[in-house]
Amino acid sequence: MTALFPASGAPMTAPPRQAADGSPIYTVAQLTRQIRETLERHVGLVWLTGEISNLRVPASGHCYFTLKDESAQIAAVMWRTLSETLKFKMAEGLSVLAQGEVTVYEPRGQYQISVRRIEPLGVGALQLAFLQMKERLEKEGLFDPARKRPIPMFPRAVALVTSPTGAAIRDMLRVIRRRCPSTRVIVCPVRVQGDEAAGEIAEGIALVNRIADVEVMIVGRGGGSIEDLWPFNEERVARAIARSRIPVISAVGHETDFTISDFVADLRALTPTDAANQVVPDAGQLAEDLDSLRRRLGRALTASAASARERLAGLAQRCEPRRFDERIREREQHVDELCQRLVRSAQRAVEFQGRRLGALSGRIESLSPYAVLRRGYSITLREPQGAAVRDAAELRAGDFVRTRLHRGEFRARVEGTSPAQPE
Amino acid sequence: MAKSKPKFEEHLARLEKIVAELEGGDLTLDDSLARYEEGVKALKKCYEILRDAEKRVEILLKSDDGGLKTAPFEPEEESEPLKEE
Repeated sequence: MTALFPASGAPMTAPPRQAADGSPIYTVAQLTRQIRETLERHVGLVWLTGEISNLRVPASGHCYFTLKDESAQIAAVMWRTLSETLKFKMAEGLSVLAQGEVTVYEPRGQYQISVRRIEPLGVGALQLAFLQMKERLEKEGLFDPARKRPIPMFPRAVALVTSPTGAAIRDMLRVIRRRCPSTRVIVCPVRVQGDEAAGEIAEGIALVNRIADVEVMIVGRGGGSIEDLWPFNEERVARAIARSRIPVISAVGHETDFTISDFVADLRALTPTDAANQVVPDAGQLAEDLDSLRRRLGRALTASAASARERLAGLAQRCEPRRFDERIREREQHVDELCQRLVRSAQRAVEFQGRRLGALSGRIESLSPYAVLRRGYSITLREPQGAAVRDAAELRAGDFVRTRLHRGEFRARVEGTSPAQPE
Repeated sequence: MAKSKPKFEEHLARLEKIVAELEGGDLTLDDSLARYEEGVKALKKCYEILRDAEKRVEILLKSDDGGLKTAPFEPEEESEPLKEE
């Protein structure tokens, strides 16, 4: 179905059919070709100034970017063979003077400028304004990590301040439903690009703050050009986030996109999907954690009871009869000991008395009347009574007496007596 | 409004503390039992919150008098995947 026409527009193989009024009927390719030729012929090679934006250098090495000023933009391309020779580094926000040909990229029907030469003019006014605003907010402390509030672990309700259409909201709802189906989700619909977007986003953040139960919100959108993401760079949005009573997760564009709202928010998510993953817990995982805690709780009580039982058993053991026996045995032993001591002391007493007795008997022996007999004395006893004779007057001639000597005795008859001489 | 109702994480934190105390083994049996009871209560609360399925997705609308209301919301199904360039 290719129908190519030469620059003149004259048909070669399939001439355009004519409408009833005689005007030609184009194919899309034919019209696009004609527009391209018109542009190339009537605009052609031009010089222009603008800011570089949305710069992309894919693997091919060709440079794709947008040149823009306050009110308009044009797509630009610089082929690798030219861009490789540049003495400066192409950068976002750079103000440049460029020369190139205006042309049309036919497959997309997009007009663009094919840049041949480009020179830097310094940081552009838009970029400068942005940097100044960023600096001001930073000085005010809006980016201070100490301001950042913790994101609740299990919010009862989550608000999404984003576009109600498009991939971002679908991704977020899908992830939230999968991870934690019990979470209530409130969508606060706002435009996320264009001039009205910043105002709507800021208002949306304020509205969400009035809803009870909402414990965290995601503010964001899917990927797009830096112009598309721009509302999230605006001061109004930054201030609305800073004022929010409810913690804010910023999820703007892709991982590589940084916006002011990312800096002010309590948490920066890489993408809306990442934000959804962070905003609710994985309910399945949570249930597992709870089960594990339940088991630990049970085990801990069992262990606690076991240790109490052990202590009780220890106490019981100390009270058991065996202990009594021991105590009795202890007492018995004590008694035995006392008993032995008693016996020993008695023996000692007996020995002592024995020794004393010995001494006494020695002394007593010396007192014995028989002891004098050894020295030649004798004792005379009257027969048959046996009484000791102390006085001669007790005797008469013819009495029988018995006399004891030191050794042996003899019997005798009294011949006569002599009375004692008076003293 | 039960606005001051303890949140899930507060129950969970309480539960974790109780388990740690019980596992520490320094409690008397009476205290252990009391803590256990308390732990079981916190656990029940956590399960309740986890199972409390609202499953609601709502869209926020401004009513004419400036108040706020919500309506059920279902994002339109993707007819074909939107591809970014």
